[in-house]
Amino acid sequence: MAADGWSWFPVLATGVSLFKCLFINSYRSTDFEVHRNWLAITHSLPVSRWYHENSSEWTLDYPPLFAWFEFGLSHVAQHFDRNMLLLQKQNYASPATVLFQRLSVIFTDVIFILATRECCRCVQKQKASQKDVLSRPAFILAVLLLWNFGLLIVDHIHFQYNGFLFGFLLLSVAKHLQAQHLQGALLFAILLNLKHIYLYVAPAYGVYLLRSYCFTESSADGGIRWRSFSLLRLLALGSVVIAVCAVSFGPFIVMGQLPQVLSRLFPFKRGLCHAYWAPNAWALYNALDKVLATLGVRLKLLKEAELPQASMTGGLVQEFQHSVLPSVSPSVTLVCTLLSILPALASIWRRPRGARGFLRCLLLCALGSFMFGWHVHEKAILIAILPLSILAVESREDAGIFLLLSTTGHYSLFPLLFTPAELPIKVCLMLMFSLFSFSALRKLHSGGSLLRPVELVYLLGLGLVALFSEVLFPLSPWKLRLPFLPLLATSVYCSVGVSYSFLRLYATLLHSDSKPKQH
Amino acid sequence: MQTWSLVSICVLLGVAVRWGVSLNSYSGAGKPPMFGDYEAQRHWQEVTYNLPIREWYFNSTDNDLAYWGLDYPPLTAYHSWLCAYIANIIDPEWVKLHKSRGYESPEHKLFMRTTVLVADLLIFIPAVVLYCLYLTDGSSKKKVSVLLCILLYPGLILIDYGHFQYNGVSLGLALWGVLGLGLGWDALASIAFSLALNYKQMELYHALPFFCYLLGKCIKAGLIGRGFLLLVRIAAAVVVTFALCWLPFLSDPVQALQVVRRIFPVARGLFEDKVANTWCSLNVLIKIRSLLSADAQLHLSLVFTLLAVLPSSIKLLTRPTFWHFKLALVNSSLGFFLFSYQVHEKSILLAALPVCLLLNDLPFMSVWFLLASTFSMLPLLLKDGLLAPYVVTSTGFLLISIYLLSALDHSTEDELQLSTYRKLFFFPLKLDLGCLARWKFYISVAAMVGLSIASVTLDPPSHLPDLFPVLVSTTSYLLFLGTFIHFNILQFSGPNSKKSQKKSN
Repeated sequence: MAADGWSWFPVLATGVSLFKCLFINSYRSTDFEVHRNWLAITHSLPVSRWYHENSSEWTLDYPPLFAWFEFGLSHVAQHFDRNMLLLQKQNYASPATVLFQRLSVIFTDVIFILATRECCRCVQKQKASQKDVLSRPAFILAVLLLWNFGLLIVDHIHFQYNGFLFGFLLLSVAKHLQAQHLQGALLFAILLNLKHIYLYVAPAYGVYLLRSYCFTESSADGGIRWRSFSLLRLLALGSVVIAVCAVSFGPFIVMGQLPQVLSRLFPFKRGLCHAYWAPNAWALYNALDKVLATLGVRLKLLKEAELPQASMTGGLVQEFQHSVLPSVSPSVTLVCTLLSILPALASIWRRPRGARGFLRCLLLCALGSFMFGWHVHEKAILIAILPLSILAVESREDAGIFLLLSTTGHYSLFPLLFTPAELPIKVCLMLMFSLFSFSALRKLHSGGSLLRPVELVYLLGLGLVALFSEVLFPLSPWKLRLPFLPLLATSVYCSVGVSYSFLRLYATLLHSDSKPKQH
Repeated sequence: MQTWSLVSICVLLGVAVRWGVSLNSYSGAGKPPMFGDYEAQRHWQEVTYNLPIREWYFNSTDNDLAYWGLDYPPLTAYHSWLCAYIANIIDPEWVKLHKSRGYESPEHKLFMRTTVLVADLLIFIPAVVLYCLYLTDGSSKKKVSVLLCILLYPGLILIDYGHFQYNGVSLGLALWGVLGLGLGWDALASIAFSLALNYKQMELYHALPFFCYLLGKCIKAGLIGRGFLLLVRIAAAVVVTFALCWLPFLSDPVQALQVVRRIFPVARGLFEDKVANTWCSLNVLIKIRSLLSADAQLHLSLVFTLLAVLPSSIKLLTRPTFWHFKLALVNSSLGFFLFSYQVHEKSILLAALPVCLLLNDLPFMSVWFLLASTFSMLPLLLKDGLLAPYVVTSTGFLLISIYLLSALDHSTEDELQLSTYRKLFFFPLKLDLGCLARWKFYISVAAMVGLSIASVTLDPPSHLPDLFPVLVSTTSYLLFLGTFIHFNILQFSGPNSKKSQKKSN
């Protein structure tokens, strides 16, 4: 193998892009129709109708920059199949349509590839001249990002544009790691206007930029030096963000449609949990509620008739009423989320640890909102897993947390692909990614196992849950009576792992806070 | 990283690519009344499951031989029976006699694809892994690179998981035979190869090298004494294996004869469809199919085939080393492909397997040939609707093999052993033959890409409706002929110091 610099990177990138092309004809979720509908809306209707159009149930609920992105795509789409751009064609999926949409995801992933290269540049300083390509941190990070299991199955089988969006996030992080803060802020502002779910990590950006960029110096012990506040920098930041938002929302503000757009972006009618519970704190809360209810009925403390007939399984967005524990409203989740991320933000404010401290804070914001947010989708775990890869190739402890979080988080995505034809793919890819991450990170951070015994036992248990859900349960007689059981088991088991990782990550942040700074 | 984890990742990647290809269409999908190879395999499951063994190869009201009659040796039939047994448990509709003709459904496709994957996982993939780990020279990284390239060879993946066949079983068993010979377990190797022969009769393309190698070894060990014992052991192993496979048919000579008649149909013509061998390419200029009688065609191909394969096998007989054995495998199977009777384009896989085994020693020529072999099957793949997987797997294979094996770096004149060409054709000394070879490679890849694009996008002129298949097969023929000549020269050219130091087993 050529041992020079970066020759392996184009091979990895092209290899994974070709690999993605093999799944053009695999299972697609309803997200495929969602995006096709948006292509039709942006192409066939004037801008003033974009956020009012609701003849299909898949209304436009991403910020305006994404709508412009779909508009741009639609101009290419018309060369593949004009019919996909017609609004009336619900669930239209001709071969040309499928080919176009799949290729658009694969092509826009080029942003993710660029971002990966930037991140790899940031981590290559240590052990840079290793002869063995497989042991270089840059190579390991590139594989962990480019061949990430979650991205592959969510983007290229289930169908979404996460690679494109994560490209912006990782590029922004890389720019901050390279001390180019204005560029990082610009990229994040663009990202926010593409998909507003990234508001979850906006507090980390806000606190970090204010503290480390607007205050140009820190005092000797790392504390804040109020005198060094630079108004110029604050104005520069502000103008960048406002400019991007103006380009994005401007047309709609001028047309007086801002309330309508906002109501589309933030629909709070949906329930606490998705139909399949994301493995967060509320999954544990729901499970506890169910257990207490069943126990209560058994011990004759509650009357079964009095319990609300809450269905755990049905529908897409049903409200889930709790029987024993108090019900949870959106404001409660907001308060819980803020409480969970406040210590991290405070720590970064008091004692910023440079860009890597910011990255850690970003991760905690992402995980905190995943744990306590309203109607969280399990795909959101990727917002935590992908940036954690950067820390994993640099620090031993982070590598251990990464292994646990990524394996658990990736397994929690299994229910997304429920068709039998996709079973070998998800098993193969999961095994490939897990094998690689375990062996490569272990070799990189030499000195024994990266995981504690209890964590190893947990991961073995995850394997058992997988065996039960994918193999044993479908062949058992309980399949008809308790169809939700595998989903319940997966969700609850994974929430334990995710919560544990959240706490461990917090511990690393607060622990390094109490130590005097060397960064 | 540890070797076992690298090997596992490569195997998993190979399986993932295979399954990705299997999501696409298969031969004869939705094309009544005859459908294609997929329906043939399903039909064999139906026949073997519902009818008694003595009726499998005979024409009857229950078994219409004109509709995909069994024309492979008994082991294929037993394999079909096993698959049918499982199919019947899952859904009897899949193998109901007569009623399941032309049965197609997503679940059935999933089942059939799974049978191919299981067979591959049990037979072909372990053989490849063991071959790369134990019979390949170099560092462990090199071995894993070779493993990945062999597992990603597009031709086999596209035919087995796309078009639908079970070549992984016969090629895998033959590879077990090669593995056994490489490790010195001659009797076991003979058993493996006999099983391969009993699975698909086309493995006869490999039979001559196996025979000559083993005979050569016995002679070398002394025909009186150890060599003779070895010969007896091998002969016994082969005879017993054949007997066990043909047991149900040996009770009645009519049975055995009928099976032989089915697996060697000599009533057909010199070639069918467009195939990249001499006769089809010759037919473009001189219409030999109409000029000569059927018997004359048979004799012509027999003579030329023998002329093509005998030299290399006789050389192997005199020099039974493992290196010469591998070269002879290539030369024999290519010779059969180029000159034999009733050759199908899929038979190139029989030549591709031995070339895969040479990826480590001769990366440049091997990659070139393997790419050409996939390209030669383009018309077949287009008919099956497998264009996208073809493009993806071929590009991926080219990229990976050139990068991992540094194929282009190993194309100097020395490494390609082009000195013989220099002597034969009196090239001027200044001409860098290695550079010339590289340019020929680039031009041929460009031609392959160009013809692929043209076959898909352009319409042939109305008076030449078969223009593109003919162009594809003629180009492939020239590439195959070049490879055939080169590997023969390699086998006959004197001792290149690197090769003669190989363990002479």
